[in-house]
Amino acid sequence: MYQYILKRVLLTIPTLVGAAALVFLLMRLIPGDICLIRLGGGGSSFDPKALAACHAEIGVDRPIVVQFLEFIWGAARLDFGTSMWSGKPFITEIAARLPVSLEIAIMATVVAVAIAIPLGTISALKQNSWLDVAVRVFAIGGIATPSFWIGIVSILLVLDITNLVWGHPWMPPIDYVPLWKDPLANLSMVILPAVTVGYRYAAVSMRMTRSAMIEVMKEDYIRTARAKGLINKLIINRHALKNALLPIVTLIGIEFAFLIGGLVVTEQVFNLNGVGRLFVQAVQNQDYTLTQALVMLTVAVFVFTNLAVDLLYAWLDPRIRFN
Amino acid sequence: MRGGLLAFAFLLGLAAPAIAAETPKSGGILTYMIPADGGPSLDGHKETTYAVLHATAPFYSTLIRVNPDNPSSTTDFVCDLCTSMPGPTDNGLTYVFKIRQDVKFHDGTKLTAQDVAASWQRIVFPPPGITSARRTNFLMVDKIEAPDDATVIFRLKFPTLSFVPALANPWSFIYSRALLEKDPHYFERNIMGSGPFKFDKFDIGQSMTGVRNPDYYFKGQPYLDGFRAIFAPKQQTRVDAIRADRAAMEFRGESPTARDQLIKELGDKVTVQESDWNCGNVLTPNHTRKPFDDPRVRRALYLAIDQWNGAKALSKIAVVRTVGGIVFPGSPLAATRDELTQIPGYGTDIEKSRAEARRLLKEAGAEGLSFEMLNRNVDQPYVIVGTWLVDEFRKIGVNVTQKIVPTGPWLEAMRAGEFTVTLEANCQDVVNPIADTGRYLPHKIYSENFAYHDDPKQVELYDQMVRETDPAKARLAMRAYEKQVLEIGAHQQPVTWWYRILPIRSYVKGWKITSSHYLNQNLANIWLDK
Repeated sequence: MYQYILKRVLLTIPTLVGAAALVFLLMRLIPGDICLIRLGGGGSSFDPKALAACHAEIGVDRPIVVQFLEFIWGAARLDFGTSMWSGKPFITEIAARLPVSLEIAIMATVVAVAIAIPLGTISALKQNSWLDVAVRVFAIGGIATPSFWIGIVSILLVLDITNLVWGHPWMPPIDYVPLWKDPLANLSMVILPAVTVGYRYAAVSMRMTRSAMIEVMKEDYIRTARAKGLINKLIINRHALKNALLPIVTLIGIEFAFLIGGLVVTEQVFNLNGVGRLFVQAVQNQDYTLTQALVMLTVAVFVFTNLAVDLLYAWLDPRIRFN
Repeated sequence: MRGGLLAFAFLLGLAAPAIAAETPKSGGILTYMIPADGGPSLDGHKETTYAVLHATAPFYSTLIRVNPDNPSSTTDFVCDLCTSMPGPTDNGLTYVFKIRQDVKFHDGTKLTAQDVAASWQRIVFPPPGITSARRTNFLMVDKIEAPDDATVIFRLKFPTLSFVPALANPWSFIYSRALLEKDPHYFERNIMGSGPFKFDKFDIGQSMTGVRNPDYYFKGQPYLDGFRAIFAPKQQTRVDAIRADRAAMEFRGESPTARDQLIKELGDKVTVQESDWNCGNVLTPNHTRKPFDDPRVRRALYLAIDQWNGAKALSKIAVVRTVGGIVFPGSPLAATRDELTQIPGYGTDIEKSRAEARRLLKEAGAEGLSFEMLNRNVDQPYVIVGTWLVDEFRKIGVNVTQKIVPTGPWLEAMRAGEFTVTLEANCQDVVNPIADTGRYLPHKIYSENFAYHDDPKQVELYDQMVRETDPAKARLAMRAYEKQVLEIGAHQQPVTWWYRILPIRSYVKGWKITSSHYLNQNLANIWLDK
């Protein structure tokens, strides 16, 4: 087991180096540079000497090989440098954004699991009934509708409904307050994005739960359990659901990892200062160091989430052995 | 008599609430939005984006500034740290500023002329390793001296009308000399000024908060207890936030549709301030690419554009409105409507202009011309204006496709000369026509001119204008220069100056709109009528 974990952790190193090389090259293929955007983006005049000074200050005037080696050497020491845009260390930039993204990801996962597993199970058990049809329509709606659209509509609904009820429109705060500082303000701000994202996430998981449960319910051991006279609740909870969870756990793991850096549009819609928004800013500003570091972070999150999912398999299905 | 007294009393009764309503009240926190993601560093000398200025200007003082009580004037400059606006001496070569002696930095140290001089030295003559974005605005400055703690002297290389407006640049924050000497990069990461608000908190990419400076040298100001500036890049978020009173306003400018929506939703709870904007789009053909090396082809393009009717129609959906030449239309140096209509491309008979355009194209052998127009992927107003231009060109038989790219590739393509025609931006802060029109100079003189043309006559005319100190003569010189750029050379063509629209919660008082989103941002005169 420990050997397996060590092997998986060591395998992340070539993955990270490969991702690093790829993103390093891709960023430099985009025409333009951060100093141009910084000095000329506003449309006002600027001093050409300032452009040269800016290049020298952030080090993009050095040979690309030197820049790449410096980046790899820094990454090896877990030092991802400073943002070329803000001049702040990567760790400071990410520390300001990660709590927001993490909170939304966790809440969206809770929402998704709370909706997907019961509804997916009911849908499978009541296959082709009106309830199954209703759940499937609900799920397809979630898959087909973009999260950002649901986000925009939900904000407008909140504004209009509160205007109707209280006589003045209300919306959640537009600047993030940590949970421990003001739980009410925090929850009022994150609940809509969590539900918005959670709905799509739930829809996908619901479909997976349904199909996995339908498969499992046809298995011999379920028939045997029924023949032994076990009550239905026990059959579903102990034998069917636990076995059906394997693909669902994988899906939840992948989705959770995606949410950490992938809520680009949702974060924009709700004005959340999260990792997804930072990612977009970094690419738009052609902030090489920050983009590289964020890609590294995303790859690491994916790798370690997959590892956690794999380890969870062993708990869910004791037949799985890692050696 | 009695009737007269009653009438007077009645008038007084009507007037009293109005007067009372305009008496500033102290207290409250102003929450406003900055329509951008967080800016880069915090150093005003180095940066160029309003995202930095809107977050940091309330913390700093400047030497002089645009009059906050009359900010729409393009010529009214007043002291901030100086005691009175000096006139030039020594044949226009010397300006002596007396510095207020009652100013303290937020750390309690006294602000002196040495701090003012050190800050200006950093802007005009940046030491190695220091970026000063607007250094070229001060090419006329020869020396900056502080002979004592109360005097700063600017010595110029040549007299020019563009010096005082350049000095009122809102980015020219006065920093502590001691801190600059300790670390020249200190102000990139820290805030420590002498302005109306003291730094409280900066949440990266999210918000900036400031609290009232009780030692502010303009007694009684600021009226606010503090401010909170929230970065909100999406227009819909800003409209919703104003609607729900999560924020009172933003200071850049919203679209006409956002304005109309807010007026519809909020009625008299929102007021709208509007102004011509010292920003515009400029159509720039690349003179090194055929057939745009031929002035007849360039002129034909300009003649196809129905500036007067186009601006009117576009103003309903985009942040544009006013037709102008190369000078900001609100400036005394700008061309009047009569003067403009004499220039090809500004005619009021568009059919006649387009017939002339077709004739010119035929004469130049460029009938059925097709080309790609480079544009920036910013809707307001670049993409809207670009789409309109494509349609205007179609009316003279020219087929144009837009290549819409992000800011980085857009700037890079222009700098590398890898475009045929581009739609550029021209956005300035203080209206300084002589300096601002320097952008039309040939590339070898002004490196950020992307027409890649050469015109010695134009350079000669500009040099004469820069050194002219009589406003009336400067105006004539500007007409000659403008004629050379737009008519004789047909180098570039300004299209539709922008229009600034600010929907503001009605309880926000005291602030007046300016011709630039970079101006009047220290918030000292704002108060809340709540």
